Amino acid sequence: MEAAHAHEDSHDHAPPSGIVRYLTTTNHKDIGSMYLWFSFTMFLVGGIMALTIRSELFQPGLQLVRPEFFNTMTTLHGLIMVFGAIMPAFVGFANWQIPLMIGAPDMAFPRMNNWSFWLLPPAGMLLIGSLFAPGGGPGAGWTMYAPLTVQQGMGMDLTIFAIHILGMSSIMGSINIVTTILNMRAPGMTLMKMPLFVWTWLITAYLLIAVMPVLAGAVTMTLTDRHFGTHFFNPAGGGDPVMFQHIFWFFGHPEVYIIAIPAFGVVSQVFPAFARKPLFGYASMVYATSSIAILSFLVWAHHMYTVGMPVEAQLYYMFATMLIAVPTGVKVFNWVATIWKGSLTFETPMLFALGFLFLFTLGGFTGLVLSVVPIDVQLHDTYYVVAHFHYVMVAGALFSAFSGVYFWLPKWIGKMYDEKLGKIHFWTSIIFFNVAFFPQHFLGLAGMPRRIPDYSLQFADFNMVSTIGAFGFGISQVFFLYILLKAIKSGEKAPQNPWDGADTLEWTHLPSPAPYHSFEEAPQVK
Amino acid sequence: MGDALEMSSQTGGYYLPAPSYWPIIGSIGLFFMALGAVLMMNDGGTTANLVLGLGSIIIIYMMFGWFGTVIRESESGKYNHQVDVSYRWAMSWFIFSEVMFFACFFGALFYMRVLSLPWLAEADTQALLWPGFENTWPVSGPGIVDKFTPMGAWGIPALNTFLLLSSGVTITWAHWALKAEKRAQLVWGLFATVLLGITFLGFQFYEYYHAYADLNLTLEQGAYGATFYMLTGFHGFHVTVGTIMLIVILLRSMRGHFTAKNHFAFEAVSWYWHFVDVVWLGLFVVVYWL
Repeated sequence: MEAAHAHEDSHDHAPPSGIVRYLTTTNHKDIGSMYLWFSFTMFLVGGIMALTIRSELFQPGLQLVRPEFFNTMTTLHGLIMVFGAIMPAFVGFANWQIPLMIGAPDMAFPRMNNWSFWLLPPAGMLLIGSLFAPGGGPGAGWTMYAPLTVQQGMGMDLTIFAIHILGMSSIMGSINIVTTILNMRAPGMTLMKMPLFVWTWLITAYLLIAVMPVLAGAVTMTLTDRHFGTHFFNPAGGGDPVMFQHIFWFFGHPEVYIIAIPAFGVVSQVFPAFARKPLFGYASMVYATSSIAILSFLVWAHHMYTVGMPVEAQLYYMFATMLIAVPTGVKVFNWVATIWKGSLTFETPMLFALGFLFLFTLGGFTGLVLSVVPIDVQLHDTYYVVAHFHYVMVAGALFSAFSGVYFWLPKWIGKMYDEKLGKIHFWTSIIFFNVAFFPQHFLGLAGMPRRIPDYSLQFADFNMVSTIGAFGFGISQVFFLYILLKAIKSGEKAPQNPWDGADTLEWTHLPSPAPYHSFEEAPQVK
Repeated sequence: MGDALEMSSQTGGYYLPAPSYWPIIGSIGLFFMALGAVLMMNDGGTTANLVLGLGSIIIIYMMFGWFGTVIRESESGKYNHQVDVSYRWAMSWFIFSEVMFFACFFGALFYMRVLSLPWLAEADTQALLWPGFENTWPVSGPGIVDKFTPMGAWGIPALNTFLLLSSGVTITWAHWALKAEKRAQLVWGLFATVLLGITFLGFQFYEYYHAYADLNLTLEQGAYGATFYMLTGFHGFHVTVGTIMLIVILLRSMRGHFTAKNHFAFEAVSWYWHFVDVVWLGLFVVVYWL
C-alpha cells in the first residue's frame, strides 16, 4: 500500500500486472470488462439451474430432483439471472461506454467504481453458498414472499445478506453513473445531445437509487421477522404477508425497467448504425423513457391482482399499467421508423436488435394481456406469465446485450468477431428461444402452474418441446463463449469504425481498441 | 481532434486516483461481516463472533485507510472544482437513497395502521380470526396477549426533538464561522453539535431501557413494537454515524483543515445531519405523537 500512496498520481503509468491489476483497478474499461465477464459467468451458472428445472419438467412425474431442490433452483435461477447476470451486464456496458460516449476521462469516482464491482463476487458467493447451508438454499421463489421466507432455513439468511450487498453495489454504481453523466460530459455535449444509451442509463440509475433501498428494507423486515421477533408479515401482530408483496413490487416493477431501459438504449444505438439513418424521434425517445420510469412507480400491484384487493384498486392498476403501453409504443414505432427506408445491412448486432424488436414487442403484448384483471385472474402464476417475462428478459434484455457485445466488441478489443459464427449464434438463439418459450404460452393458457416440479399428463408434449428448446438455447450460449474467445485470440484487426452509420464519440474520435486512458483531453462536441 | 486542446483545462484536471487496495479490502470485510451475522443468527457460537469480529475489524481498517486517503488527496489540493461538483451530486443522491430506505419503513407503519389493523378488526375477519380484537392505536396485534404501555411523546422524545433542532442551529453557526474564517467559533459550534448528538443518543438509550424495563414495550410487541423500534432504531443508527462523522469533521477543523471556500466534507456532514433531523421530525409526529 505504501507504493500506492507514493504513486497517487500514477494514473498515467502502466497498470499493475496480473491479478493485482484487476483487484485494484480504477479504470472504467477494466471494471467494465470485469462486470461483463462476471455477468457471463453468472449467466452460465443461472443457465445450468434453468436446465435443471427444464430437465425435471421434460416428463411428468418426479425423476431427477427432490421438490425442495426444484424450488431452490427456480429461486436461485431467478435471483442469479436478475441480479447476477442481466443487471451487471448492463452496468458493464455503462462502465465501458458512458465515458467513451460523453467524452469523459473515466467515471466520476473510479475507486468507488472498483468497489461496486468487487462487491458482486462476495454477494454471489453468499447466494450460491446458500445451497450448501444446513437446510439447503432459499426455496421461496425469487420474489421471496412472506411467510415462506420467514419459515426457511439458514440459506434464506445468506440470501438476504447477499441482496443487501448487491443493493450496496447497485446504489454505489448508480450514484457513480448519474454523477458521471451529469458532471463529466465533454464541452458542448448538452443533455439533449447525449447518445440515447447514455440517457437510458441516467434514467435507469435514478430508478436504481430510488428502489434498491426499498428492497433492502423489505428483506430487512424479513430478517427481523425471522430472528428478532417482529411481526411485519404476521397478522397475529397486526402485520400482513401481503405487505411484503406491496413493498417487494414497489421495488420489483421499477426493477423490470431497470433491466429493460438500458436494453432500449443499446438497440437505440444499433438501429441507426445499421440503417445508416439518425435515430427517429430522439426527443420523444427521451420523454418516452422518462415516462416509463415515472409510470413504473405507479403500477406495482398488477403483480398481485389475486391476493385480494378492492375492485377500485384493481381498476386503477389495470388502467395505469395499460398506460405504459403508450410510451413503449412510442419507442417501438420510433425504432421501426428509424429502419424504415434505411440502407440496411444485417450484421450480427443488427440481427439481435431486430430479434429484440420482434420478440420484446411480443413480450410487451403478453404483458398488456396480463394487465387485464379478469384475464390475469385466470393466468396468474401460470406458465403464461413465465413465457411473458422470458420474452421480455431473454429476448428483450439478453438479446439487446448480445447485440451490444457484437456492436462494441471491435472497440473494446480492437478485433472483429467471426461474422458467420455470429449469425449462427443469432439464428440458433432465436429459434431455440422460441422453441423453449413459445409453447409455454399454451401451457399457461391451458392452466399449468409455475414453480411446480410435476404436472398433469396433458401438458407433457409442450413441456418436452420446451425442454429441447432450452437445451438448444443453452448450447448456443456456450457457442457464444467460443465466438468471444476466438475473436479475442485470433479475430481480424478492427478498423476505427467498422460500422458505416455509427457516429458517437467512441467511433469518431478513438482508435480500436480504445486506449487504456481515453479523453484525458475532452473532445469538443458541436 | 484538432480543437480538443482548447478545452483541456475543463476536463484535463479531473483527479483520477491510482489503483487502490481499499475496495477489495472492504469487500472481504463485508463478506466476513455478512457471513458472521448469518452464523450468529443461526446459533454459530464462538465461530460466529470471530467471523463477525474479523469482518468488522477489516471494515474499520478499510474506512480509516480509504477516508484517510481521500482527506490527504483533498488537503493536497488534488480536487478541482469539477471533482467538488461530483461529490455534491453523489452526496445528494446518497441522501435520496437513504430517504427511500426510511420511506420503506414509514410505508410499513402506514400500511399497518391504515390497512391491515382495521382489516383485522372487521366483523368478516373476526368471524374467522381473533374475535373481539379492537383496533385502537397504539396496539400490538390480535394474537399478542402481553400488554404494553406506549411511549409518550412529550417526555424524552420532545426533549430529543429540541436537542436535534438545536444541533441543526449549532452546525449552521459553525458553518457561518467557517465561511468567515473564524476558527474558534467553528470548533465550538461543531463541539456543541457533537455534544447535542451524543446527548440525544444517551436519552434514546435510556428510553429503550425504560421501555424494556418498565413499559414492557419490546420488539416483539406486534405492529407498534416493530415499527417503533425499527424506525427509531435505524434513525438512532444514522445519528450515531452522523455523530462519528461530526467528530471527524471536528478533529479535522482543530487540525486546521478546510478553508472558507473549500470544505465540502463539512457541508456533506451537515447535509446528512439535517437529513437525520428531518427524519426525526417525521418520527416524532407519526411514531410518538399521533
